[in-house]
Amino acid sequence: MWRDAAVVGGKDIRIEIQSRVATMQVAPYAVLVLLLFGFAFDQNHTLLTQAAPGLFWVAVLLCTLLAVQRSYAIEAADGARDGLRLSGLDPAGIFLGKAAAVTAQLLALEVILGVGIVVLFGTSLHDPVLLLASAGAATIGLAASGTVYGMIASGLRVRETLLPLLILPVVAPVLLAATQCWMVALGTSQTDGWKWMSLLGAFGAIYVALGILTFSTLVEET
Amino acid sequence: MAATAPPAQTVAAPPGPASCGTGDLTTRVLGLIAAVTGALTAYLGLVFTPRDAVQGQLVRLIYVHPAAATTCYVGFGLCAVASVAYLWPRTRHRRWDRLAAASGEVGVLFCIVTLITGSIWGRASWGVWWTWDARLTLTALLCAVFIGYLAVRRTTGDPDVRAKRSAVFALLCIPIVPIDHEATTWWTTLHQGNTLFRSNPSIHGSQLVTMLLSFVAFGFGFAWLMVHRYRVEVLEDRYDQEGFAVAIAERRAEGSG
Repeated sequence: MWRDAAVVGGKDIRIEIQSRVATMQVAPYAVLVLLLFGFAFDQNHTLLTQAAPGLFWVAVLLCTLLAVQRSYAIEAADGARDGLRLSGLDPAGIFLGKAAAVTAQLLALEVILGVGIVVLFGTSLHDPVLLLASAGAATIGLAASGTVYGMIASGLRVRETLLPLLILPVVAPVLLAATQCWMVALGTSQTDGWKWMSLLGAFGAIYVALGILTFSTLVEET
Repeated sequence: MAATAPPAQTVAAPPGPASCGTGDLTTRVLGLIAAVTGALTAYLGLVFTPRDAVQGQLVRLIYVHPAAATTCYVGFGLCAVASVAYLWPRTRHRRWDRLAAASGEVGVLFCIVTLITGSIWGRASWGVWWTWDARLTLTALLCAVFIGYLAVRRTTGDPDVRAKRSAVFALLCIPIVPIDHEATTWWTTLHQGNTLFRSNPSIHGSQLVTMLLSFVAFGFGFAWLMVHRYRVEVLEDRYDQEGFAVAIAERRAEGSG
């Protein structure tokens, strides 16, 4: 399973590096979203600093949709999905590989967005450990759930409009918990951020387990 | 070379008008019981039961809102059970997929009723139509997730593939139901705790009787809708299977006429 995951994950990452869609389209889109938040809040610096964690994770959610759609779009042409299905790879390995590739892309985007909220919104760091741990756990949860629902929507003519409808309600707990963690980590809240961190960890673990369990049915039937 | 005769085409006869409806004696009895118990609940709730010392006339929403919420949970629970039965190879049959489709759709209907009545109650007792409370937020999420489920069900393609896809999706959604139900226990929320389903119910006398009657009315209403919706699924399956044959038969009739 792990070897198959490495094969699929490596394949997806190599395609992204060569196509440069993530760097030339998704990353500029993410920065653009941050700029638009600044326009929407009319450059109210205090408000932007306080809302920065939530705005950051909303931007990450929007990028997750693009990353997941991209992850399945690269297999839509030339019967590549059938090739993957007939390759004999373990479906759980395919799931883990695709989720790992999406995780890696989202983490790279989060670095860019993190620099963006420091530069554009003037945030400062108070708890780097919580910030990094919550970012990792939230990203795994987003990538795992996105990969499962992306597979459900893949191959459908309405996949572009269906995917946000499927993913966004489900990942709302991630948005809530990650925002709370980052509010503590960026010093805009005094609550116990590690409680929210446990919710992020549980969400990620549940969706990784569900993906491993259900992906064989989805790969066979979609 | 002798010409070979084309193979005889088997064209099913168009469905008769008598088999196209979804109502029969069962639905009429269910509908009648739902209407009678619903009317009785309305009479007792609006006329017979007293106003509450704290909530005043608002307490009468207790004869609608909890029953709608419980019926919504039953619908989603039934959807999950039917989805498991469809995914399980030994029990796989189209009837489980139809049951999941019907219960998911009826569950969403009652979930919307729950949200609307809850919002009205919240406006009157908390002063706002909506607040970011754990129970309210989770119920809204539950509704959104199952609207997504209905969207998956409406996708085109092979019915078996769609059924499996929908069943997996339903199982991914269902963990929200117990979390939503227990939200008032696990978190500090504005929403009041369970009134009825606990060792010492906080409601008595005519109010308790009326509330229990509301559960009966909503239960029969749910069953009535379920039977009709299930039969619509059967008719849709029939249309998918026979629609093409019917179209050919009609064209032939036009040609020969």
